[in-house]
Amino acid sequence: MIRDITLGQYYDADSVIHRLDPRVKLLFSVLYIVSLYAGRGILCFALAIVFLAVIIALSKVPVKFILKGLRSIVILIVLSAFLNLFLTQGEVLVRFWIFKITKEGIRIASLMVIRIVLLIMGTSVLTLTTTPNDLTDGLERAFGFLKIFHVPVHEVAMMMSIALRFIPILIDEVNKIMKAQQARGADFENGGLIKKAKAMIPLLIPLFVSAFRRASDLAQAMEARCYHGGDGRTKLHPLKYHRRDVIAFLLQFAYLAAIILLRIFLRAFPVEFL
Amino acid sequence: MNIIEILNLIHEYKEYDDEGNSSGTVRAVDNVTLEVKEGDFVAILGHNGSGKSTLAKHVNGLLMPTAGSVMLLGRSVPEADPIWTVRRDAGMIFQNPDNQIIGASVEEDVAFGPENMGVPQEELADRVTEALSKAGMSAFRMSSPNALSGGQKQRVAIAGMLAMKPRVLLMDEPTAMLDPSGRKEVLKTVHELNREEGITVVLITHYMEEAADADRVIVMNEGKLIMNGTPREVFSRVEELRACKLTVPAMTELAYELKQEGLDLPDGILNWKELANALCNLN
Repeated sequence: MIRDITLGQYYDADSVIHRLDPRVKLLFSVLYIVSLYAGRGILCFALAIVFLAVIIALSKVPVKFILKGLRSIVILIVLSAFLNLFLTQGEVLVRFWIFKITKEGIRIASLMVIRIVLLIMGTSVLTLTTTPNDLTDGLERAFGFLKIFHVPVHEVAMMMSIALRFIPILIDEVNKIMKAQQARGADFENGGLIKKAKAMIPLLIPLFVSAFRRASDLAQAMEARCYHGGDGRTKLHPLKYHRRDVIAFLLQFAYLAAIILLRIFLRAFPVEFL
Repeated sequence: MNIIEILNLIHEYKEYDDEGNSSGTVRAVDNVTLEVKEGDFVAILGHNGSGKSTLAKHVNGLLMPTAGSVMLLGRSVPEADPIWTVRRDAGMIFQNPDNQIIGASVEEDVAFGPENMGVPQEELADRVTEALSKAGMSAFRMSSPNALSGGQKQRVAIAGMLAMKPRVLLMDEPTAMLDPSGRKEVLKTVHELNREEGITVVLITHYMEEAADADRVIVMNEGKLIMNGTPREVFSRVEELRACKLTVPAMTELAYELKQEGLDLPDGILNWKELANALCNLN
């Protein structure tokens, strides 16, 4: 059933990481990216790998789900590895035709690959263990301070959660329109790229019309239920920090501090190839 | 006590042609005066474009009158400030079940109204529990709205209204997109709420059978209120109803046809039981 598919890439499981406050996980994504760029050398990356491995183990998400996220960026990884490998100047190890592979090239390319892979895996922990709605709630609260700069934080979060709710409904609608057009002889499968793109027009126009109609209906339904923006609104399940969230915050900062200290330490006492 | 008082209500909107030039005004509601008593079950009938939805949307301030007045619980609706405060007292259910559910779970959706009203967090869960049990949807509290049937979605929408503790339920063709069993379950819920909770119901419909069960039937045609009476009174006027493109309940129609053929049957028969009794009493 297409309507029951979980949106995004949320993996349903009961784990400490799933239960953490979305704001904690949001901050983790940011801190982890910072740590990957703050860290230099193999030791720092080893620490980053161990830290992430522990989190993934705690989250009970199968590793293959996390690796799936890498599929879409394989080209990016290969390209950046390739460029770094051949274009870095330094001590030449192998040379053929106009290409040369240097010692520095191997080092930089491998660190680059590790960094991108960790980056994607680290940030996908957030989306794999947080339902889209928790994520929206978390974003609304985490960026709540922007309200002083007149950023419509509540409105944006509301739009995101409504969009999430309507995705399965619109998917259904697309299927329905497609069948209706096919019944009248539309051809969505054959032809080249341009022909296929043209075939989408009779699909998109009814979809847009119906989406606008739904939006107008929904706006009335929301108004009928006293909706008047975020002011004075209460919440059935407000986000609250628990003890585990505080511990998770502390652990994250300890990890980042460790990476930075390690970097300073390695600069003071350089070790060959670390 | 009159819970809704509408006096000489007129609603006009401008029509625009393809170039965006004004091409005249359309009078959707034309000089309607209507009173609804607390606890009544009122059905509004009319074919498409008769102004019945437009009329109902004035009661909770979704539309503002061009002229005339609308009072809800003795309070002028257009003058309410802020306008959303009148909507606590008059909940509205719409036709399309998908387009009125906002929450990602049944529980969150039912809480949406009271959340907007600023009901304290401690009270929210109780309101949700109570509303769901009144609508008979307690078992689905944690479900995703996408997993529910049409009738169940409409009952969630009703629960969402009940959580605001309204005095009136305005229902804008709530069964038009449902299958027969969904229609039955929604109407059963609404009748129970009317009987047991004393909630006033204004049901807009074009199903005659639904109107036959109401306390009072109002018929609208081209923006005007043309009939207002008990179902029996209204459905006795078969010719007039046909003139404004409305049918009558099937049994009423059958009785009418039989009477035209010379059988001595009373006017305004509403269901097969009444027709059977009348036929048995013929001799």
